[in-house]
Amino acid sequence: MPISKSEVKYTADLARIKLNDEELEILAIQLQKIVDFIDKLKALDISGIEPTSHVLPLHNVFRQDELTPSLKTEDTLKNAPSKEGNFFKVPKVID
Amino acid sequence: MDNKKDLFSLTAGEITGQKHGTEELVSSLAKRVEAVEKKVHAFAKKPQARGQWFGFHWPKPQTENCNLTIRSGPLSGIPVSIKDNICVKDDETTCASKILSGFKPPYDAEVIRRLKDAGAILWGKTNMDEFAFGSSTENSSYGPTRNPHNLECVPGGSSGGSAAAVAADETIISLGSDTGGSIRQPAAFCGVVGLKPTYGRVSRYGLIAFASSLDQIGPITKDVRDCAVMMNIISGYDPKDSTSANIEVPDFTKSLNGEIKNLRVGLPKEYFTHGMDNEVKAAMDEAIATLKTKGAKFIEISLPHTEYAVAVYYIVATAEASSNLARFDGVQYGFRQMNSSGLIDMYKNSRGEGFGNEAKRRIILGTYVLSSGYYDAYYLRAQKVRTLIKRDFDTAFKEIDCIITPTSPTPAFKIGEKATDPLKMYLSDIYTISVNLAGVPAISIPCGFTKEKLPVGLQIIAKPFDEEMLFKAAFAYESQTNWRKIKPKL
Amino acid sequence: MLETVIGLEVHVQLKTKTKAFCGCSTEFGRLPNSQVCPVCLGFPGSLPVLNKTVLEYGIKVGVALNCKIPEYTKFDRKNYFYPDLPKNYQISQYDQPLAQSGYLDIAIENGTKRITIKRVHLEEDAGKLIHEGTDSSASYVDYNRAGIPLLEIVSEPELNSPDEAYQYLTTLKSIIRYLDVSDCDMEKGSLRCDANISLRPCGEKKLGVKTELKNMNSFKAVKSGLEYEIKRQLAILEAGGKVTQQTLLWDEKKQKTAVMRSKEEAHDYRYFPEPDLVPFIFKSADIKIIKETIPELPQEKLLRFVKEFSLAPYEANILTSDKSLADFFEKCSRGYKNYKNLSNWIIGAFLSEINNRSIEPKDIPITPEKFTLLLNLADTGKINSLTAKTVLSEMFETQKSPDLIISEKNLSQISDSGELEQIITQIINVNEKSVTDYKNGKANALMFLIGQAMKQTKGKANPNMVTEMLKERIKNA
Repeated sequence: MPISKSEVKYTADLARIKLNDEELEILAIQLQKIVDFIDKLKALDISGIEPTSHVLPLHNVFRQDELTPSLKTEDTLKNAPSKEGNFFKVPKVID
Repeated sequence: MDNKKDLFSLTAGEITGQKHGTEELVSSLAKRVEAVEKKVHAFAKKPQARGQWFGFHWPKPQTENCNLTIRSGPLSGIPVSIKDNICVKDDETTCASKILSGFKPPYDAEVIRRLKDAGAILWGKTNMDEFAFGSSTENSSYGPTRNPHNLECVPGGSSGGSAAAVAADETIISLGSDTGGSIRQPAAFCGVVGLKPTYGRVSRYGLIAFASSLDQIGPITKDVRDCAVMMNIISGYDPKDSTSANIEVPDFTKSLNGEIKNLRVGLPKEYFTHGMDNEVKAAMDEAIATLKTKGAKFIEISLPHTEYAVAVYYIVATAEASSNLARFDGVQYGFRQMNSSGLIDMYKNSRGEGFGNEAKRRIILGTYVLSSGYYDAYYLRAQKVRTLIKRDFDTAFKEIDCIITPTSPTPAFKIGEKATDPLKMYLSDIYTISVNLAGVPAISIPCGFTKEKLPVGLQIIAKPFDEEMLFKAAFAYESQTNWRKIKPKL
Repeated sequence: MLETVIGLEVHVQLKTKTKAFCGCSTEFGRLPNSQVCPVCLGFPGSLPVLNKTVLEYGIKVGVALNCKIPEYTKFDRKNYFYPDLPKNYQISQYDQPLAQSGYLDIAIENGTKRITIKRVHLEEDAGKLIHEGTDSSASYVDYNRAGIPLLEIVSEPELNSPDEAYQYLTTLKSIIRYLDVSDCDMEKGSLRCDANISLRPCGEKKLGVKTELKNMNSFKAVKSGLEYEIKRQLAILEAGGKVTQQTLLWDEKKQKTAVMRSKEEAHDYRYFPEPDLVPFIFKSADIKIIKETIPELPQEKLLRFVKEFSLAPYEANILTSDKSLADFFEKCSRGYKNYKNLSNWIIGAFLSEINNRSIEPKDIPITPEKFTLLLNLADTGKINSLTAKTVLSEMFETQKSPDLIISEKNLSQISDSGELEQIITQIINVNEKSVTDYKNGKANALMFLIGQAMKQTKGKANPNMVTEMLKERIKNA
């Protein structure tokens, strides 16, 4: 099933990336090529194989419930594109 | 004076053994940067003039007159350049992306903390492909870096700036990061040494993530000894990184003894078939012959799932990246498109304008393979095939001590040559990607030049946490050859 | 006939000292963005490390809710964009939650009902958005709450009325508070509840179209929100219409719901295993150690109180609704054997002191020893019960011992007949009319005279003696 422009648009919306029409078109073609390539995995028999999400056999890594210093508020906010008082500021969120 | 080598061209090992002031070294390097940086463009943020000295981080707070009181330590007074995706406190760190423009991290990466402790001087931030997405260092908001050996060619990527800075003698040592070959391939293209440690060997804390399950920080150096010294410093357990291994770190310099008699070296037959450049093949054959004279034994092995590695990689890496890069949204830091109407528009505009084309392509591919209905077909399947790829290595290492391959199937390509075909670019990582998927360590060392004077890299791969084997084999080879002494003409 | 089907999704903030994945404080009500660090802000390059106590608390709740605790659990990323979510993904658990397939028994009119717990999983809380600031086109973000550990407890849709939902919630709250892993304070947001509501014909197995109800910020609001939504759905169905699947917000002030989003805008969360955290594997021995730290839970304790102290279930229920209160009762019971009287005192005067002073039962300022001493003083007639209440109040105020209060304030009951005789004489002399009235059969008049005597003695007179002596004197007059 070829990747349609509207599918790329849906995906770009999910990823919150604005793309113009031309970009959508190019991406549909490029994604199609890449997806055709990665589709080669479908030829492989993977029944009974466990997925690897961690290549190291590590488990049970914890920290103790102990306080560590927080950032100074000025350091927290110094990179903010928009702020007021102690807050980060964003365009109004409408539910 | 003429007989004396320029200080900037020395290795850390050579510098440490000599009697001279740090001021002398720093000013030599600064002059070198002034002389060649315009051609190479290795730095995203070059060490800039600050007063009469240069804007690197001194290990101790500098006084007004910049008395160079350098902390003692194994890297005392040695300049180290840092890839622009590793956080340095209060120093702009952007991953060569517009979306992080102006971002000054309020903290140091764990590797930076260790470098400062070791007495190193932080010497600029090096250029890279945006968010480490690429194999050429062309995808950078700072513009491309050029290969010091041929300015028409790419330095490789994504740690192209780190490799080019070392090759061009603009720094002594660099740090890079490697997700699918991003240290080894540029090291090979630029004729320097680059090592990707075992996953979990070096803390990722403070490395701006591309693909969390594949990323590792590693050194790029002029020779194998410097690489071992760097690994001694940056390796080891970090409680701030849950994926960091609590395994003892040996003194890697002890492996630099040249002893490889009866070393069992595997040659994966799947790597030596089609697609390998003839000159690369010739350099490999010569390297094998050299190692044989030192007593290494070669065995053909099979890594049967090799052909699936690139596909697995581009699913796993982009999926993780799509999520890791979601935080760049213009809320807390970096670029925000201010002319937006409402929140969602602000997100889309900021990300649409802030990310470059390759970043957008990978985020969207990663989002696609994770989105509802595709997860099992792509992501889950890729993770299962990853298991098979890892097993291939486990099986192979039952019979051998290390594996040797070329680092890249071709030498450095021309700038712009692969820019329009993403898939072609992805396939240039074919020899390095499996190593990240399996989490094993690998080193790239110079093993020759093509007729066009482009360097060729030899990759050595070892078992998990057996970097000692890499150093043993790499040092043995390096001490039989003079490739590292061939410097680019700049 | 239509049947109501409700499923509840409860979020509980775990009261660890530090956040789930970093060492920032979880303290409530601090200055905005003052309890944050690169990890909980999701700054580039930062990495999460799980707080061990979070996992222990989660397992405790799972065990207390009779869940299976699988040997293997892991975290996943739930991806969606929202400004209160610093990384634009939430670290949560998807297909391998911490605990699953448990149950909770709730009290219903004639007995108990077992509600299946589908799953219990851990996740991180989001920050807070404030919409009312100086700039009306902006929202303001405070990330202090971001990264506080949350436990999500999901029931099967087996609750059939708002009352059952209320009962489920209060029972759940009481268990979790017994475990001492959360304050479960809905007003402060440490317990939050979303509901799925649908109606279906009685006997039908298939669920009807459901709506999701959010933003119910008190136990009362859950009840009224559910009642409203059921009525709304009922009206639609009875008019022959169809319920639309959507998410609704409860507006407590207006006592009505508003649409938050409809199904078309449903999320595609792109869950995948969190690569920055490694899995967690428990041996049965690990679970056993945690199990041993689980105290007697409210339902067992209630049954034991009924049996051991011969209390009515109603009384036992109140006493065991809070662990500190139950503990207080039990400690008192060691030195005071009139359990019925003890229970009456605790449920009555004692609890009203606590409520009037807005004290948490865990912060009871008086010791069981002092409290039982007070009861003994009342029982032996040293003070009367009215005075005892005054003394109790004083004890809450000053934490002084009751005998000290009595002697300092001279509150001892007057049981000296000579002293009382004088007072009664005086009262009879100045209240002739009441005396006459009583003689003429007006019982109330006696009450008035007793009242006068109590007033005169500032409530210290022994009321029984006063009554008897008054009757005697009037009869003989």
